Amino acid sequence: MVSIFPVNFTLSSYEKLVSDSQFWRSFMISVERVVLGLIVNMMLMILAAYPLSKSSKQFRAQKVYMNIVIFAMLFSGGLIPTFMVVKGLHLLDSIWALILPGAVPIANVILLMNAFRAVPKSLEEAATIDGASQWRILSTIYVPVVLPTLATVTLFTIVGHWNDYFSALVYINKTSNYPLQTYIQQLSVDVQNITDPQKLIEYSKISNRTLNAAKIVISTLPLLLIYPFMQKYFVTGIVVGSVKE
Amino acid sequence: MNNKKDQAAFHLMLAPSIVFLIIFSFIPMFGIVMAFQNYIPAKGISESAWVGLDNFKFMFQIPDSRQILVNTIVIALWKIIVGTVVSIVFALLLNEIRVRFAKKFMQTVVYLPNFLSWAVLATVVMNIFSYEGPVNAFLGWLGIDPVLFMASNHWFRPMLVLTDVWKGFGYGSIIYLASLTAIDPGLYEASSIDGANRFKQLWHITLPGLMPTILLVTTLNLPNVLNAGFDQIFNLYNPLVYATSDIIDTYVYRVGLVERQYSLGTAIGLLRSVVGIVLILSANKLAQKLTDYRIF
Repeated sequence: MVSIFPVNFTLSSYEKLVSDSQFWRSFMISVERVVLGLIVNMMLMILAAYPLSKSSKQFRAQKVYMNIVIFAMLFSGGLIPTFMVVKGLHLLDSIWALILPGAVPIANVILLMNAFRAVPKSLEEAATIDGASQWRILSTIYVPVVLPTLATVTLFTIVGHWNDYFSALVYINKTSNYPLQTYIQQLSVDVQNITDPQKLIEYSKISNRTLNAAKIVISTLPLLLIYPFMQKYFVTGIVVGSVKE
Repeated sequence: MNNKKDQAAFHLMLAPSIVFLIIFSFIPMFGIVMAFQNYIPAKGISESAWVGLDNFKFMFQIPDSRQILVNTIVIALWKIIVGTVVSIVFALLLNEIRVRFAKKFMQTVVYLPNFLSWAVLATVVMNIFSYEGPVNAFLGWLGIDPVLFMASNHWFRPMLVLTDVWKGFGYGSIIYLASLTAIDPGLYEASSIDGANRFKQLWHITLPGLMPTILLVTTLNLPNVLNAGFDQIFNLYNPLVYATSDIIDTYVYRVGLVERQYSLGTAIGLLRSVVGIVLILSANKLAQKLTDYRIF
């Protein structure tokens, strides 16, 4: 019988967990995904947000690009056509299927674009007089100035990649290649196929619940560790990004 | 001066993103033609037979389609309403805490669930509300028969709303907290000299001060009425509660990818995104009219 307070406190499920090789394999796939995804997302995001933050006077094609980006944000082919493109590129079952379709996170690009717009123009003008190129201005002036927003976006990106279970469900066929959240999600999937209430009751009795709980704790640990350090940034980041005076 | 060089630099910076958008956003848009075909994977898009609007007609004939639409809108509306109210109330309460440490601690605790995935939270929720979980243990202690929360069409929707609000209210309150700090403290001083108590201050100063933000957030929530939360429902539901919890997105997933009815799945998805765009554009217009704010 389960009660509100834990009974028979034990670490044995953690001991069992250490020997679960699939769990750790999935864990490492998730780590790999976060690292690769973060690099790809941040590079593309910064490089796209900077020109978009310019006025159409300074960057003549700004409006055209902005319309392309907004259109891509509003309208999509949907789940099935996107799946077929990924399949056609032979990306199925590879880690890139989890990263490349979302390589340009448009909502974050717009957040960052607004942050770039708030940077005082005089900083750039001074650098231009010194003969700095746009690449240099971006890397030495704009990026350092918007660091709090970048921290926010970094947190969102890490959380997004770490928490996503769905793209692996769609794009990865081999369960041995599942990232951690998809692996966790599959733990509860058996329940979804039960159609008889009586079976559901029986299931909840026999599931090795503590082992699953241990897996869940470990899977959230990386987020719990970075989150407190990022919190002060994301609160300001969200507010600056959403409330325009 | 260096204008040509600047323009080239800007184009170059955008190039990789545009390439990715073309491949993974714009090319899939052509896949939409599947909605007007009887798509057979072996034949491909170019060889499959055209059927006009048959998929759309069929969509409206499915006996479940009404139920799915109702589920989607009802669940989404409840989530928006309860979520907004709880976020505002929480922001007001948090604003009253004067001990800095306690406030920071509270914030950390309530923002956190927003960063955990539904894959994880669903397992936790299912355990807590399971037949032998702590909630039923407590009910049993009160002498109430155990309830199968996750398998009951009566309880499942309230569970969805409750757990969704629990996950999101802290995060949702951030914007209200920010606009609370923007209210002029002079107003409170003046009103307390005039003898207004805290409740009157709340009614006459705080709420009117929050109104523009409430209006804005509510407007921007408008497009979400077709988005009842795939992640949450997909991870929590089971065939027993399809009647009250099957939404457009979960249906498209099952029909399109699991049952491989690509054309039907695409058609439903297309209708959903067209309505979605209309809602987003109207929200943008409305927000601009009401509060001078533009999403884009």
